[in-house]
Amino acid sequence: MSTDPKKWVAGHVAALPKSGIRDFFELVAKLKGQGVISLGVGEPDFVTPWHIREAAIFALERGKTYYTSNLGLIELRRAISTYVEEHFAVSYRPDDQIIVTVGVSEALDLACRAFINPGDKVMFHQPCYVSYHPSVALAHGNAIAVPTFAKDNFALTAEALRAAWQPGAKMLMLNLPCNPTGGTCDRAQLEAIAKFCIEKDLLVLTDEIYSELTFDGSHTSIASLPGMANRTVFLHGFSKAFAMTGWRIGYACGPAPLIDAMMKVHQYSMLCASIIAQEAALEALKHGWDSVLKMREQYHRRRDLVVRRFNEIGLTCHSPRGSFYAFPNVATTGLSEKDFAVGLLEKEKVAVVPGLAFGENGRGHVRACFATSYEQLIEACDRMERFVQSGQR
Amino acid sequence: MNPVLKLLIDGGSLTTSQMAKVAGLTEAEVNQQLEQLKKEKIFLGWRPVLDLSHEAAAAGAVRGVIEVRITPERGGGFNRLADRISRFDEVESCYLMSGGYDLLVFVKGGSLQKVASFVSEKLSTIEGVLSTSTHFMLRCYKEQGFLLDGGEAQSARLDIAP
Repeated sequence: MSTDPKKWVAGHVAALPKSGIRDFFELVAKLKGQGVISLGVGEPDFVTPWHIREAAIFALERGKTYYTSNLGLIELRRAISTYVEEHFAVSYRPDDQIIVTVGVSEALDLACRAFINPGDKVMFHQPCYVSYHPSVALAHGNAIAVPTFAKDNFALTAEALRAAWQPGAKMLMLNLPCNPTGGTCDRAQLEAIAKFCIEKDLLVLTDEIYSELTFDGSHTSIASLPGMANRTVFLHGFSKAFAMTGWRIGYACGPAPLIDAMMKVHQYSMLCASIIAQEAALEALKHGWDSVLKMREQYHRRRDLVVRRFNEIGLTCHSPRGSFYAFPNVATTGLSEKDFAVGLLEKEKVAVVPGLAFGENGRGHVRACFATSYEQLIEACDRMERFVQSGQR
Repeated sequence: MNPVLKLLIDGGSLTTSQMAKVAGLTEAEVNQQLEQLKKEKIFLGWRPVLDLSHEAAAAGAVRGVIEVRITPERGGGFNRLADRISRFDEVESCYLMSGGYDLLVFVKGGSLQKVASFVSEKLSTIEGVLSTSTHFMLRCYKEQGFLLDGGEAQSARLDIAP
């Protein structure tokens, strides 16, 4: 009998490919200490505003070290309800329509496990955040990628959705603004998507974690469109807008039966999110908006800087309407996205992430995160220019 | 808002060439706008921010804050006296305040005695100065937005993250 421990790994987990980001991470790690400027991160460069950190310290001082309700602190759910109503124009009851989770990642996992039966078809737009496809696969669903294109500023279109749709599709996952493209949809585009979802009776899972970082126009949530609240689970969190990635705090809002189903999975796995992080999140919602606006203004200027420089260098780059990612096309250099990223890293010590890590439709692009200081961005762009212009590539 | 002024306010410590790149201007245009802001007396000049707990940076100077009560004058209010006090080289900053005193004066001197004699011989003897209350600074924890000790830990962000 074989004694290889691998035999105990579940088949669907063994079949799951490792994230393409992981390989690149190892490559960058080898160059540690050699002055690498990383545009490969996926989080703000700002530290959580002090008043939020201070609220967490105060919570510890008062002995807040216990479990909370499975759904999360009721004060926090009330604050979330008010915040979502004010910013997204959709109402959720704090008592049974909101659940606080360990980051949006957990909310995504809960939703997949709570809603997907084995073999269910789930649509998602691509390029997209690395965990969408695996989350569906881990819940034994079948993921259907819907391409988005640079010519549309990577907005999802109802036409692409219709073209990719397959009979029996149950759910659509959205991430607008999108990691890695920064693409998002305006109200008219969302209305067309909503109409399609109603026509095909699709449940919508909408991850709007980057919504506060929308630079051009205002953000619209698909949950706020007529007829959508009852078929939409809205996911959001504190990581990006409030610079709270390490706190791992997110939430899901939706129809009570769906939140109840997610709560069942949550109570038997995570139990509850950290009370310290929940207290910090409450402070963020109460008093953190000024900090959000300041950070957004900084990201906006940085976006304008990198997009202008990339286009000057000859890397065609649409202007991302939201998030802190630019997704330039590197095909003009004659290199694949991977060769470009590896060459740039080795020759000029700038790290970007090859677009293929975000799915097949990321081919020909790289993701460059502009959540870093002006000084670093200016230097990184200068190095990229040198790399593109050099004959050595 | 003028983009150069915006960067002066919240752009950290960018050089003019970095400001040019961020704002999408040439360096000459940035300098031109800085000159214009100077003409309009909005931008007064550059000053370094030093950690004065280092002897080299403090250069032996002693710093004090003086609360000054003065008599307002008909027609000019506090302005004439405030202007007169501000002109002393020892005075680094001077503010008109609401509350229990009128002027808050930040002074710098080569020694404790020098600051003390500035207060007793120059400041308090000006006609219209009713009283002074001098406080010497012992230690600085934050200087113009810079935390001196125990600032943020060095960033430990992962180089590559999803």
